[in-house]
Amino acid sequence: MENIGGNKIEMTIADLLPKTIAKKEDGWRLSQICSTSLDGKYELSYSFAKDMEYDIFRLVIDHDDVVPSITSVYSAAFLIENELKELFGVKIERIGIDFDNKLYRINEETPFK
Amino acid sequence: MGKRSVVPFGPHHPVLPEPIHLDLVLEDETVIEAVPSIGYIHRGLETLVKKKDYKQYVYVVERICGICSFMHGMGYCESIEHVMNVEVPVRAKYLRTIWAELSRIHSHLLWLGLFADAFGFESLFMHSWRLREKILDMFEYSTGGRVIFSVNTVGGVLKDMPNEMLTKFVKMLDEMDGELRKVTGVFLNDYTVNSRLRDVGFLTYEKAWELGAVGPMGKASGLNVDMRQRKYAAYGDLDFTPITSNVGDCYARTDVRIQEIFQSIDLIRQAVAKIPEGPIATDVKGTPNGEYFMRVEQPRGEAVFYTRGNGSMYLDRARIRTPTFANIPALLETLKGAQLADVPLLVLTIDPCISCTER
Repeated sequence: MENIGGNKIEMTIADLLPKTIAKKEDGWRLSQICSTSLDGKYELSYSFAKDMEYDIFRLVIDHDDVVPSITSVYSAAFLIENELKELFGVKIERIGIDFDNKLYRINEETPFK
Repeated sequence: MGKRSVVPFGPHHPVLPEPIHLDLVLEDETVIEAVPSIGYIHRGLETLVKKKDYKQYVYVVERICGICSFMHGMGYCESIEHVMNVEVPVRAKYLRTIWAELSRIHSHLLWLGLFADAFGFESLFMHSWRLREKILDMFEYSTGGRVIFSVNTVGGVLKDMPNEMLTKFVKMLDEMDGELRKVTGVFLNDYTVNSRLRDVGFLTYEKAWELGAVGPMGKASGLNVDMRQRKYAAYGDLDFTPITSNVGDCYARTDVRIQEIFQSIDLIRQAVAKIPEGPIATDVKGTPNGEYFMRVEQPRGEAVFYTRGNGSMYLDRARIRTPTFANIPALLETLKGAQLADVPLLVLTIDPCISCTER
C-alpha cells in the first residue's frame, strides 16, 4: 500500500461494494469521493477515515464502465455521486437519491469530463 | 395526514448571503423532506489547474472563499509540500497556525452575527461583527489584507510577524476576552435566544456519523473528529482537546463554536509562547510529481485537499472537498420534522459556505 496521505488500496468494480460494506462494518466513515480524468479514463478515489487513519480505494475505469452506487452503504454518498455524474459524466447506477442531472444548475453537460 | 405542499426556500432568502435552493415538502407547517439544488455560482475553480501552474494556483485556492481563504491556501500548500517532500521551516508552521486560528475566530464571530440576524436579534449581530472587526484589524496589521491576505506559498509563508506584533495580538485578544464572554453569554443564556435554539434540529451521534457530518456540526453531536489532531502545521506542539457536546441541537452547535473561539485564543497564546526564530520559507525547486490527500480543520470542519502532479508545472488534478458539502446530508436530516419557521435557523447552524461548495 502506497501512502498518499492515507493508504492507497487498488480496487476493482466488482470489489467496490463488498469492500465498502466491510469498511463500514469496521467503523470507518466516508470522507470523500474524487474523480480524476486521466488518459481517457476515470480514476476514482473513495476515502474512508477512522480516528486519524485514512484509506483510499483507487478504482480506474473506462468512460463507459458503470460503477455501483455506495449509497446503500453510506447514504450520504448521494451528493458526491450526483456530483461525479453531473460534472464528470461517471456512470453510477442505483444512487439512493438520483437528481437526474438536476443537482447543479449549470448549462454545460459534464464540464469536467 | 395534513395537506402536503412544496415551498421553495432560496436561492434568494433574507438569511442566505449566498444562493442555495431547497424544495421543502411540508405537511401543514412541518417539513417532511427537503431536496437541495446547488450550482448557481459554480466557478469550476478546480479545472483552473490546467491554466495556472502549481505556484500560481495558490492564489486561485485562496479565492474559493473569503472566510476560510487562509486555510484553503494552507491546505493546498501543505498538500503540494507533501507531494514534493518539502520541509517547511518551523517558524512558518507556527505562523500558519496563528493565522489559521485567527481565521477560525473571525469565521465563528461572523457566523454568530449572521445567526443572531436570522433570529432577529440585530444588536447581537452588530456586536458579534464589531468584535470580528478586531480580528480583521490583526490581519490587516500583519499582512496588509483584511479578507484575502495571500501569505501562503509552497514552502512556507510570505510574511513574518515580528515577536512584538505577536505579543501585541495576544494582548488584544486578552482585552477582547471580557467582551467576547459578554456577547457570547447572550447566545448561551438569554431566555429568548434559548427558546429558539434548544431542542431544535436534533442530530444524533449515529446520524452524524452515518451522514458524514464534520466540524461543529458533528462535534455538537458527540463526534470527536478534529483534523488538528493530525498534528499538521504546529498543532503537534500545542495542547488541545476537541470540543464536543452530546446534545446535538442548535444550541449545542452554537455552544461548540463559541467554545472553539476561546480555544483558538488559547492556541494562539500557546503558539506565541513557543514560536522559534528562524526562516519563514524554504526555496522550492522542481515540480510536483505524485499525489497527496491533505486534511485540515477549517472553521466548518474537515476539508480535504487532493493534489496530483505529473512532473510538469501544471497539476493533473486539484480537488477540494469542503466541509459545507459534507454537511448538506446532515442538514437535510435535521430539517425532517422541523417547523417551517425554524428552517432558516437550521440552514444556518451548519454555517453554510456556498462559495466553498461551489468552488
